[in-house]
Amino acid sequence: MRASVSGGVAAREGGALKLALPRGALFEGSLDVLDRVGIDTAQARGDSRALVFDAGELRLVTMRPSDVPTYVEAGAADVGITGKDVLLEQHDRAVYELLDLGFGACRMVLAGRRGDESLAEGERRLGAMRIATKYPRMTERHFAGSGRQPEVIEVKGSVELAPLVGLADGIVDLVDTGRTLAENDLEVVEEIAPCTARLVANRVAHKLRSAEIDDLVGRIREATRR
Amino acid sequence: MTNPIPPGTRDILPDEMRELRALQSALSEVFERHGYGEVRTPTIEYGEVLARGDERGAPAAYRFFDESGELLAMRADMTVPIARLVAGRFADEEPPFRFSYVGAAYRAIRPQRGQMREFLQAGVELVGADAPEGTAEVMEVLSAALDAVGLTRAVIGLGDADLYRQLLDELGVAGDRRQAVLDRLATHDLVGLEAEVGSLGLGDAERETLLRLPGLRGGAEVLTQARELGGGAVERATARLAATFEALGARGVADRVRLDLGLLRDLGYYTGAIVEVYDPAIGHVLGGGGRYDELMGRFGRPLPAAGFALYLERVHIAQAEEERLAREKA
Repeated sequence: MRASVSGGVAAREGGALKLALPRGALFEGSLDVLDRVGIDTAQARGDSRALVFDAGELRLVTMRPSDVPTYVEAGAADVGITGKDVLLEQHDRAVYELLDLGFGACRMVLAGRRGDESLAEGERRLGAMRIATKYPRMTERHFAGSGRQPEVIEVKGSVELAPLVGLADGIVDLVDTGRTLAENDLEVVEEIAPCTARLVANRVAHKLRSAEIDDLVGRIREATRR
Repeated sequence: MTNPIPPGTRDILPDEMRELRALQSALSEVFERHGYGEVRTPTIEYGEVLARGDERGAPAAYRFFDESGELLAMRADMTVPIARLVAGRFADEEPPFRFSYVGAAYRAIRPQRGQMREFLQAGVELVGADAPEGTAEVMEVLSAALDAVGLTRAVIGLGDADLYRQLLDELGVAGDRRQAVLDRLATHDLVGLEAEVGSLGLGDAERETLLRLPGLRGGAEVLTQARELGGGAVERATARLAATFEALGARGVADRVRLDLGLLRDLGYYTGAIVEVYDPAIGHVLGGGGRYDELMGRFGRPLPAAGFALYLERVHIAQAEEERLAREKA
């Protein structure tokens, strides 16, 4: 059966709750959680190029993790799963953060070259440390909150490259095992925040479809309790 | 050659303008019929006047100096200017005062669909009428306004702004810890709330109360569920909500109202009842309001008050979506 995409983004009345599902690192973990609460994820697990899958009580809408708050805030998805790192970067998105799902645990860190003093020296002699990151807004906020001035350089690809070739003194990035850092001779200078996958909800759906959302949250909470 | 306009502003062309105008007149007609005469206040006010309205001063995003060095600001809503107007222009007259408005307000938000930095608000203010009757009257006007613009499925959420402030006082949570809890609630961060509440060193029952209350929403049964959690602050808030809900029932508008103990609005002047408006056709809040019994006092005329504002552009989008859904169904 082909996944149906009828209904349009605004057809929120009745029908299955729409759940924004992050492609990429959190995809498997998200599907596992849904499996555990009895949602059929077989279609979504297949190698179909479709973006929307009917899974009984839920309609699964797949997208980049960083798009999840956008879809959920606008109500194009009622609920969604994304990383805390995404929520930190897009902290002005008005969505409910309902549940810490526990999986996808990473750390947001400030890292610099091993044994290198240029972060501290940049700050002391030049008034600012140059930080390369994919999380420019969160980095600005974090440094401003601790009374330091960063010169934030936004990059889209491998952030680890920036300090190796002198684009930046350090990086702010999400670290899982730390292997990429180690292989590039970088070390953690400062822990910024632990990040895990989170369940979020649209503000209006949280009110108007409260019974369904509360039921889903209850089941997921039960299934992910450690 | 492009001649730009500032981010978050836009031009409105005739087709849209005709529909917006029709929307405005439908709303104005409802307001007038309920005895709320329309007023207009300046778009710019003294910065100090607007800051007095919202202690945190955050909403007045656009500020500048006039030719004599006075700090001016673009209004962030219409409630504060009307509070100033009532206190100044009606200083010696007998309350209650009923006013309505349709006008632009300004906030430095991230622009997106139906949410610009310059946006239109239409609403009413009822100054000098106590809870619960004053609140119920305003909500009755709100309900009539939603029907008049065709949003018959729209729902009004009703909560209580004092619930958590009083509850935290009662639990002896003060200072930064108190503010941190309120911030988590205002930003809908229930995961952060759990962590914050967990670090307060409260007993199990108190922690349970703080974590379960924000999830309680629905009909009158919500009040019973809340009372079971116990405590004086919860008792007082549920009593206020029950009284308002009863007054709404007498006016025949309780059906579209959903009680919501998790409701918190980010404007600093609300006390007691707070409301938000939702329509199933769109994912954004269409408007809101509530009681602001302490605001008038800051302008030298202490009077209880309540009001609401609808975001006109979002109401317009909701209208269009409802029409589209109806067409699809047909």
